[in-house]
Amino acid sequence: MSVVHVKINGIPVEVEAGSTVLAAAKAAGVKIPTLCNQEDLKPTASCGLCIVKMEGSPKIQRACASPVQEGASYITDDPELFKARKTVIEMILSTHPAECLTCIRNQNCELQQLAAEFGIREQPFTPRVRRLPKDESSPSIITDPSKCIKCGRCVEVCQDLQGVYALEFIGRGDEVQMVPACGLNLSESPCVKCGQCAAHCPVGAIYERDDTDKVRDAIYDADKIVVANMAPSVRVAIGEGFGLPEGTVTTGKIYTALRQIGFDKVFDTNFAADLTIMEEGNELVHRLTHGGVLPLMTSCCPAWTDYMEKYYPDMIPNFSTAKSPMQMQGAVTKTYWAEKAGIDPSKIVNVAIMPCTAKKFEIGRDSNMSSSGFQDTDISITSRELIRMIKAKGIDFAHLEESDADSPIGEYTGAGTIFGNTGGVMEAAIRTAYFAVTGKELEGVEVDSVRGPEGVRTAVVDVNGLKLKVAIVSGLVNAKQVMEEVRKARAEGAEPPYHFIEVMACKGGCISGGGQPYASNDANRAARTAGLYSDDEHCAKRCSHQNPSIKKIYDEYLGAPLSEKAEELLHTTYQQRPLYK
Amino acid sequence: MSEKNELKFSDSLMSFISEWKEKPGNLIMVLHKVQGELGYISREAAERVAELLDVPLAKVWGVVTFYHFFKLTKPGKHNIAVCLGTACYLKGGDKVIEAVEQNIGIGVGQVTSDGKFSLESVRCVGCCGLAPVMTVSGEVFGKVTKDMVPGILSRFE
Repeated sequence: MSVVHVKINGIPVEVEAGSTVLAAAKAAGVKIPTLCNQEDLKPTASCGLCIVKMEGSPKIQRACASPVQEGASYITDDPELFKARKTVIEMILSTHPAECLTCIRNQNCELQQLAAEFGIREQPFTPRVRRLPKDESSPSIITDPSKCIKCGRCVEVCQDLQGVYALEFIGRGDEVQMVPACGLNLSESPCVKCGQCAAHCPVGAIYERDDTDKVRDAIYDADKIVVANMAPSVRVAIGEGFGLPEGTVTTGKIYTALRQIGFDKVFDTNFAADLTIMEEGNELVHRLTHGGVLPLMTSCCPAWTDYMEKYYPDMIPNFSTAKSPMQMQGAVTKTYWAEKAGIDPSKIVNVAIMPCTAKKFEIGRDSNMSSSGFQDTDISITSRELIRMIKAKGIDFAHLEESDADSPIGEYTGAGTIFGNTGGVMEAAIRTAYFAVTGKELEGVEVDSVRGPEGVRTAVVDVNGLKLKVAIVSGLVNAKQVMEEVRKARAEGAEPPYHFIEVMACKGGCISGGGQPYASNDANRAARTAGLYSDDEHCAKRCSHQNPSIKKIYDEYLGAPLSEKAEELLHTTYQQRPLYK
Repeated sequence: MSEKNELKFSDSLMSFISEWKEKPGNLIMVLHKVQGELGYISREAAERVAELLDVPLAKVWGVVTFYHFFKLTKPGKHNIAVCLGTACYLKGGDKVIEAVEQNIGIGVGQVTSDGKFSLESVRCVGCCGLAPVMTVSGEVFGKVTKDMVPGILSRFE
């Protein structure tokens, strides 16, 4: 690594050659204001907030897109720069609706934050707000183009990180909008509902559909039994909404908060993650030993499933028929649990708390999602929605007592909890598949070769002499490389390049899902991931097949993995879907 | 695509596309050619271009809507272009547009319900000495006043 020496406001700093001035300033502990810039994305230098001066140069540069020069001395703030920045913010505000009080991004809007920091107290420019209709066609995401500041982050995310191409800059200049092609709405577009556009939007122009009122209505309905289940990655993110350090594991506090909000029973999707492993792990073993279609591909991520059905429908035979944990949890809640508890399943309202916006679509994707005879999951809310509910209830989350989940569909192992990060489903499956193949427990349990933040990771895992070839993908754009390898081998009649492929749509997995508290950056991903691995380490049982409640549900109700009953409740089918309607 | 795209491109258009398929900057070239043949870029045409060039439809639509040159709706039998370039504007091009709008009952970017006329504003036709200028089906009319508009349009059936 060659290094460059520069000064930022007189502070000497050494950075890697090719670093931007923005990165050098950060290294020097100097914050340069930004708006369009986002750590996950290539700089577009569109907003003009991060302007800096280089001593000896008459030009003003944009720090986000300017590489540092050896020996240069940069000035990040002086009266002229401050004035220019303030003007940029004032100009953006002149085209932005002043509706902060009723905006979903109130108190976590990047533009609002800048306006506060720069002390904007008046509006020197004539307001020119373009009123445009919202797109409310999607069950997951709502766009409000009137609030769009045209930074283009959503388009970059949709295309460069996710490879979905639902959004594009349509039109030009003043009239440009970040929308689908051909005047279509989101539900008619290739959108897979991952919500990464919403996670990266600096303002309230793209956001999750808010279903919290539906949850409250159910809770206040005396006839309803309202039950909750929480996805793995939610437990390491909710704390951020209450000032706890990133990645803090708050499982027990969330259970308590859910009870205080009024849920009658609090279960855990991690139980169903263990159930998923029993089904999917055995499906893998079955395919390996019975000449089934390989590679097997994971199906727990609804955005990936949607993407496959649109972009890679030829992979349908490769897809695990196992439903996602959320849908398995719903199916067993309204059958197994309802029977055990002696409750009429028609009275149950099952609420899933997810890191994910695509889950709102998944709950109603087809009739397989009603395998109990009722819609298995009634409402799916995101982590952000739960944080708002906890706050609205006036709960002092940080100081809550911890409690346990309700039995028996709330008990989980470490394998279930790591479903929330990239590589976790793979590792959980390997732990159980190893046992299924060998009858012995995997020594050491942890499978380091499948851990890590890369977009594509491959490994060969030794399962009692069988060299299990696996690939792990996160960030949908990275799926292409692996899918093309599979297609190529298939076309050539060659051995499949992998036996098992895990794909999670969002970079880093569900921990960085489109419905999580706003923090799309690698440091946050690492913290949340570490939280889940530590939750795994602290579990008494770390393999899905060791979960006593899982053993019990098979003994009492399902029979065995892949049994007729299990197929009926826990498995699903796929269909090719058009990119555009 | 949900329904089968029945749109057929001509042989010459198809050979142009295959000639340009691998070249950088091909999208705009191909779209020019498509508009030359069809008069505008329909959704079906954009979808076909996307498929043939292996480019996402969103990218095609982004380009089509970026350049004013590309039309999204089928032009009328006679396309009226009124110049609003600097010279024409100063000489009353906006009044000419108003007169045309009143005469045929449509606004800029629209097509009459019988499909006879479409109206667009353009920036400079290249004969500023004749300002204000309008063209109808490519025929140029100079030093146009609002009173001349009905007479000019009546020549096109």
